[in-house]
Amino acid sequence: MIPDTNLINALARLLIFPGLLFAVPAAWFFLWVERKAVALMQGRVGPPFMQPFFDFIKLLGKTTPPRSGVAGLLMRAWPLIAVSAAAGAVGLLPVLPSSGGFEGDLILLLALLELPSMCIIAAGFSSRSIFGEIGSAREAVLSVAYNVVFLLAIVSVAASQHTFRLEALAQLPASPLRWLGVLAILVCLPAKLHLNPFSLPNAEQEIYSGPMVEYAGPELAMWELSHGLEWVAATGLVATLAAPHITLVWLAALIFVGLMFAIVLILSTLASATARLAIDTTVRFYWQCTLIFAVLAISSALFMRFRS
Amino acid sequence: MKLWNKLMCYSRRHSPWLFHMNSGSCNGCDIELVASLTPRYDAEQLGVRLEGSPRHADILCITGPVTHNAVKAIQTVYGQVCGPKAVVAIGSCPATTNVFIDSRTLDGPLNKHIPVDVFVPGCPPRPDAIIQGVAKAAEILAERGMNPPKTELSIAAVSAEEVQP
Repeated sequence: MIPDTNLINALARLLIFPGLLFAVPAAWFFLWVERKAVALMQGRVGPPFMQPFFDFIKLLGKTTPPRSGVAGLLMRAWPLIAVSAAAGAVGLLPVLPSSGGFEGDLILLLALLELPSMCIIAAGFSSRSIFGEIGSAREAVLSVAYNVVFLLAIVSVAASQHTFRLEALAQLPASPLRWLGVLAILVCLPAKLHLNPFSLPNAEQEIYSGPMVEYAGPELAMWELSHGLEWVAATGLVATLAAPHITLVWLAALIFVGLMFAIVLILSTLASATARLAIDTTVRFYWQCTLIFAVLAISSALFMRFRS
Repeated sequence: MKLWNKLMCYSRRHSPWLFHMNSGSCNGCDIELVASLTPRYDAEQLGVRLEGSPRHADILCITGPVTHNAVKAIQTVYGQVCGPKAVVAIGSCPATTNVFIDSRTLDGPLNKHIPVDVFVPGCPPRPDAIIQGVAKAAEILAERGMNPPKTELSIAAVSAEEVQP
């Protein structure tokens, strides 16, 4: 019996490119780029190239504190859920031309992108540490603040081009409206990735490491990995929307990776050049300044839709 | 399996995460520890990261001559660091209680309470010395990870050759 080529294709996407085999090294690479960019901006040499990989392996070899009961079980589960959601989100990115299924489904992608931050909130509360709870509360507020803009931007891009499939969106010619949407998504990424102007949930000078304060060993390694995978998924989403449509597969993949790298570099530079804002300033920034973007984008999208 | 052990050993040597604890220090050693992370000394080249939570750390860096108030906290934090772990005593105070010797507010030196692996003497020590001490502790940590001690380390296992009164 010849196996279904669609199935093989889908598995290859999930496991090889842009799935796990590409995403995990890319996650470590982006974590390194983040740290290295901050170091270079501060005039330091910074960590060696393999540093996030060494950190990951080292954390796998550490012991974890004994956890008992349902809370302990949940605390062990959250990082695993976060990693699998982030990996699934990366696997959904339509880098190569696809053949149906869940590939490039925007709604599923958004849900999977949102899941790690839900897990962070839950993890902080189930750790029952006061710092974890403060961190989780901040993460929840932050998530409410940026998600309005983030979702409106994506909906406006999708509505203007009459499709919720990322692949179809990527193939359509880019309109000025899509650039507006991409810009609004880019503004949301620092908050989504907990980078510096909006690094409230893991503000290490105030609340140690926020929701992760009670995590150790392999569990912490999973959190680091899920953060890296979030980097890959979020930058991949922007790269998909911004990349020009090219039929050559290897060139498309190369441009995709190059765009992701550029976004990581921009965001890390921004992170090292700015200081952390307070929670009220952050919320005000998203709800007053950036919301205008999103409202502009969605209203023009609807207008275009009615006119066409 | 052997390859995995080698990789683990190498990773432990190259990614020491620190937790910094003050046990009644005058703040001199604390600013030197922070100085070792600044652009001039840049300990991050060795993979060093200063962590906020003892749960994340591999190496516990303790400064100060250990006051009565700090004893319980030191033992709690030492227990919270997950194994394999190492302890670096920064400055002359945790090694000998320094000029505060015989003070009625002190319960030092540090190795009365927890096993210390590396002493970095000085009042305060230079950041270079602190980085060297951390690197040494990372090596000890990697070895300890390979051959875990059967019982809790005793004070006799402390390497005392570096102590300068």
